[in-house]
Amino acid sequence: MSALAFADIVERLRAVFPAATLPAIETKTSDNGQPWLLVPANDIVRVATVLRDDPVLGFAALCDLTGWDLLKYAANPPSTDIAIVYYLHSLIHRHHLTLKVLAPRDTGTVPSVSSVWPVANYFEREVFDLLGVHFAGHPNLKRIMMPDDWIGSPLRKDYIYPASYNGIAHLRDGQKFEDAPTRGDAAAPAQAAKP
Amino acid sequence: MSPDLAIETLGGERMRLNMGPHHPATHGVLRLVVDTDGEVVANCAPDHGYLHRAIEKIGECVEWPMFVPYTDRVDYVCAMNANLAYCVAVEKLLNSDPATKVIVPMRAECIRVIVAELNRISSHLVAVGAMAMDLGGYTPFLHAIAQREGVNDIFEKLCGQRLTYNYITIGGVGFDLHANAAAETEAFLAQFEKEMIRFNQLITTNTIFQNRCAGVAVISAADAVAYGLVGPNLRGSGVDWDIRRDEPYGIYGQLGVRVPLGQAFAGRAGRVGDCYDRFVVRLLEINESVRLVRAAIKLLPPAAGKANDPVGGFQADVAKQLRKPPKGEIRVRTEAPRGEMGYVIVSDGSKVPYRVRVRTGSFTACSIFNTVMKGIFLADVVTVIGSFDIVVPEIDR
Repeated sequence: MSALAFADIVERLRAVFPAATLPAIETKTSDNGQPWLLVPANDIVRVATVLRDDPVLGFAALCDLTGWDLLKYAANPPSTDIAIVYYLHSLIHRHHLTLKVLAPRDTGTVPSVSSVWPVANYFEREVFDLLGVHFAGHPNLKRIMMPDDWIGSPLRKDYIYPASYNGIAHLRDGQKFEDAPTRGDAAAPAQAAKP
Repeated sequence: MSPDLAIETLGGERMRLNMGPHHPATHGVLRLVVDTDGEVVANCAPDHGYLHRAIEKIGECVEWPMFVPYTDRVDYVCAMNANLAYCVAVEKLLNSDPATKVIVPMRAECIRVIVAELNRISSHLVAVGAMAMDLGGYTPFLHAIAQREGVNDIFEKLCGQRLTYNYITIGGVGFDLHANAAAETEAFLAQFEKEMIRFNQLITTNTIFQNRCAGVAVISAADAVAYGLVGPNLRGSGVDWDIRRDEPYGIYGQLGVRVPLGQAFAGRAGRVGDCYDRFVVRLLEINESVRLVRAAIKLLPPAAGKANDPVGGFQADVAKQLRKPPKGEIRVRTEAPRGEMGYVIVSDGSKVPYRVRVRTGSFTACSIFNTVMKGIFLADVVTVIGSFDIVVPEIDR
């Protein structure tokens, strides 16, 4: 078995699905030429299962699952979504694949892939904690880094720095955050719906 | 050693036990909520976040070179490797556009391998020493720490620090080696190899220690991959994967890294992927690191007078590139002592990163805790934690 290039992986993926159930995957390229695959949120578990189980693809390892807020990234066209990014690796074939799912800012819910790769359990909890994206079907979706009663999703670009936590001030008298973001809604989904 | 006890059939009353956050065997502020049935662990839920310092958030607030000292704090037991991971990632981002290309001087690349492998030695010494101490062998820990002091002395002469070095910079290293550095490192390695023989006699071949570790918390190769284990924990389960050899960065491709794998070292009672295999793989990796340090010293070109000389210099000019780096995203994987330290970096073309993401080995190692702890004896929990070489700042970041 040999390593496949990005285009071959996508071609194989399209070939595996019967034409009627082919998910609407799109190939994209980042601003510095890194190829990635956009997967519709509802199809991620189906695509992930095939990527893991197909003998030619064989992506048994989820190296990393992370995300970032696209709000202030000058993309064309501009977006307010949260990008969830999956970095897959095949230890047998020694090839890589980057998947992305775009989760809408306010109602962002993505099906959990923790049934496909158990390590996603932790990664998704981290993304939920810091970026406020919900993962449907996750066995234990609660904050992992921040305290359970923390308000807001710190890695969102419109995060408002809290002045205090449970009555403990973060700032001295008269001090203020120099560049605290002013935009944004304090009731981001992460704090609105506590698990 | 760990009998396959059907917990449901025991019929006893379960007891909930808080292990940590202040427990000497959790290697920092890790809290495990352990449900026990008699002496057997029925459930183990790790609780994280006691050491969360928002390092990824800080990365979005400081300029590119200013983040290097924070990488020290991601994993202070191997700060050199943590520096290296971030710097390699930023260099790869800069190299994705020909206009901002960076060529790290050959001498700097050699120095990077020397310090990274020395730091791997000292980190693995902490790992194996602390694991022996957790199992009641205090003496080997002191021998390991004494040798680690030797590495710290070398680093102190090199950059003035003993724990958080801030030595490797984007485009090279902070300072050139002093005149005696290579000879002193060789001298340290020579006495270190003799000392390791004594260390192995003291603990590695000790029957009591072997019996405590053999066959405990066996992880199959498929489970190790599925749960995202990396580094020595992955190789302990017999998976042949080392980023230094398979996706080389820097000059590792020229050094021919040899990768030790777990193979049921404990003999008849041992199984591939048990605690003893993870312990021995670290010791074998120490030997390999000693060889790599010597190989890098051999490759070291003589110092040129100029800092940014492409061969004999130690620091390329990057100030201009870092004011206007290419826009885009990059992911780089490096092999730190606790396995893959991967950086995802998103740049919006400004002098401050848009997103910095660190993927660390200890974080994913914790995801297998509940699975692997079920059905083992409570006394073996410390063995398992020790064998994973957990460093808590790396989990919580």
